[in-house]
Amino acid sequence: MALFQSIFAMLYQFGDTFAFLVISCAGLAVIFGMMGVINLAHGEFIMCGAYVTASAARAGMPLPMAILSGALVAGIVGMIVERLVIRHFYHRPLDSIIATWGISLIATQGVLIVLGSTMQGVGTPLGSVEVGIRSYSLYRLVLMACALGLLGGLYILFYHSRFGVIARATIQKPQMALALGVDTGRVYGLTFGLGAALAGLAGGLYAPTMTMVPTMGATFIVESFVTVVVGGADIFVGAAPAAAILALIKAGLTAWYGQLFGQIGLLITVILVIRILPGGLSGWIKGTTR
Amino acid sequence: MTPTSSTLAPRSRARVLLARLEGPQTMGRGPAFWGTAFLAVAAAAAYPLMADAWTVGNAAYFLIWTFMAMGLGVVWGYAGALSFGQTAFFGFAGYAYGVLTLNLGAAYGLTFVALALSVAFGGLFALVIGYFMFYGRIQGVFIGIVTLSVTLVLETFMAQTAGPQWRIGEARLNGFNGMSGMPPLTLPWFGGDILLYPGPSLYYLLLGLVVVCYLGLRIMLNSRFGNVLVAIRENPHRVGMLGYDVRLYQMLAFGIGGAFAALSGALYTAWGQYITPSSMGLTSAALPIVWVAVGGRRDITATLIGTLVVLAGFQSLTIYGSQYALVVMGTLLLLTVLAAPEGLVVGAMKLLGRVFQRSKR
Repeated sequence: MALFQSIFAMLYQFGDTFAFLVISCAGLAVIFGMMGVINLAHGEFIMCGAYVTASAARAGMPLPMAILSGALVAGIVGMIVERLVIRHFYHRPLDSIIATWGISLIATQGVLIVLGSTMQGVGTPLGSVEVGIRSYSLYRLVLMACALGLLGGLYILFYHSRFGVIARATIQKPQMALALGVDTGRVYGLTFGLGAALAGLAGGLYAPTMTMVPTMGATFIVESFVTVVVGGADIFVGAAPAAAILALIKAGLTAWYGQLFGQIGLLITVILVIRILPGGLSGWIKGTTR
Repeated sequence: MTPTSSTLAPRSRARVLLARLEGPQTMGRGPAFWGTAFLAVAAAAAYPLMADAWTVGNAAYFLIWTFMAMGLGVVWGYAGALSFGQTAFFGFAGYAYGVLTLNLGAAYGLTFVALALSVAFGGLFALVIGYFMFYGRIQGVFIGIVTLSVTLVLETFMAQTAGPQWRIGEARLNGFNGMSGMPPLTLPWFGGDILLYPGPSLYYLLLGLVVVCYLGLRIMLNSRFGNVLVAIRENPHRVGMLGYDVRLYQMLAFGIGGAFAALSGALYTAWGQYITPSSMGLTSAALPIVWVAVGGRRDITATLIGTLVVLAGFQSLTIYGSQYALVVMGTLLLLTVLAAPEGLVVGAMKLLGRVFQRSKR
C-alpha cells in the first residue's frame, strides 16, 4: 500500500507537469509549426484568456463556460492582431519576433494601466481526493485529462478534418494552394486565431490555480518555449514526447531538489538537446523512421 | 590589400588599423563625418561645465547602456543572430562585480580589477552559451528562444537567493531585493583615493570608454573578422563552402557581444551600487532590442546614436508618465519594424548621405 501511494504521488507529480507543458505550449506550437512565426505575445494571450475567464466566472457564469469564453475572446483578439500586424511579417520571421514582443509590451503595461496591478481570481474548484494519507487536488487531475484531450483533438483537427488538410496544404505549398482556390490569407488568419485561442484556453484552465497579475503570462513562457524547442520543427510529432521527457526531468528534480532546480534542469536539458539533436525530437524521430 | 605581416614597422601597422576606421561595414567617411564626430565628442566633453552634478551623473547613466547596445548590434546586426538574452550577461557581470568588490575591497585600484574580471566572466559565460548554440547549429528564431530562456531562468535563480545560506564570501545575494552597498569604482591617487560616484569624473571615464569601444568596434568590423561576420549574415552556406568555420565566427561574435553586455552590467552596478534580479527580467531584456531596432542594427554608429536618443526619450517619458513609457516603447518598436525595418537613424543617415552627394556634384 505504501508503495502504491508513493507511485501514485510520483505519477501525479509527473502528470501535473506534463499537463502544464502540453497545455501551455499548444498555442505557441500551432502558430510556430504551421506558420513559422514565434509568437512572443504568447504569454499575453494566456493572460487575456485568464482575465476573461476570471471575470466571467465571477459574473456568475459556470466555470467550463467561462473557460471557453476566455479561449474565444483570446482567439478573436488573435485574429485581429494577425490581420493588423502579423500579416506583414510572413517573409521576415526574425522581425515577427520583434513585432510580437512589441505587442507583448503594450499588452502587459496596458492591462496594468487599465485594470490595475492585480485582479480578484476564482478559487480552485472540485476540492480534493484522498489517496492514502495524502490528498490531491481533483482539479489538477481534470487538467491532466484536458491535456490528453487537447493532444487528441489537435491531431484529429489537423489530420482528419477538411480545415486540417487545407491548412497543411497552405503551409507546405502556399502558391499551389492559392492556385487551387484556397483563400490562404484566411487560412493564416484562422490558424493564428486557433493558436491564440489555445493560449487563451491555457490561461482559462490555469486561472483558478494562479494569482491574476498582468505579468502572469511570463510564468508560462519559459516552459512553453522550451517544449517547442525540444520538440523541434514538426510540432505534431515532437511536442507530446518532448513534454513527456521534460515533465519526467522536471518532476524528478522538483521532487528531489525543489522547484528551482526543476526549472534549471529544464534549461540544461534544452541546451544539451540542441547540441546533440539539432532538429529537436521530431527531427530525430523522422530521421530514424525514414 | 595592404600586407599585415609582423615584419612591418609598428608605424605602418598603426596606419593599417587607422585605415580600417572607414570601410564597407560602417557608415560615415571623410572629413565631414569625422569633423561632426569630433564636434559631438567635444560637445559631450564640455557638457559637465554647463550642467549640474546630478544631470551629469544621469548622462553617465545613459552612456553605461551604450556598451550593451553596441554588443547587441554586433551580434544581431552584423552576425545576424538575434539574441534576446544580453541581459543575462549584463546581470551576471553586475553580480560578479558586486561579489568581487565586497570581498576584495576598494583599495589599490582593486575595483578596476573586479571590473575587468566581471567583463571576462560575462564574456566567458557568453562563449559557453554560444558554443552550445552555434555548434548545435541552431539558427534563426531558436537562438532568440534559448537566450531568452537563459536570462529568465537566471532571474528566477537570483530571485530565490534570499536565505542566509546564499552568500559568496562576504557578499550576500539577498534574493529579490538584490545586492547593494558595494564600493563604486575607485581610482588610487596620491593623497587619497578618488571615488568615482555618479558625477563629472565618472562621466569622463565613461565617455572615454565609449569613444575607445566605438572606434575599436569600427576597426574590428572593417577587418577580415567583421567582413566574414557580415558574409555569414548574408549567406552562411556560401561562407562555409569558402572554407570558413561559420560556427567559430558566430561563437566569437556572441562572446564579444556578451562581453560588451557584461561591461554595461559591471559599470551599472558600480554606478548605482546595487543590482537586482529584475535587471535580467523580461522587461529589461526587451529594452536593448528596442534601442538597437529603433536606431538601426546594421550600423554601429546608428546603434550608438539611436540608443542615446531612445534612452533620453524614455527617461523624459518616465518623468511625465511612468506607466505609459513601456506602452510607448512597445508602439515605437512595432511601428519601426512595420514601417522602417532598417531603423530610424540608418534611414536618416542614408538621407543625409544622399543630400551630401547631391551637393557635391
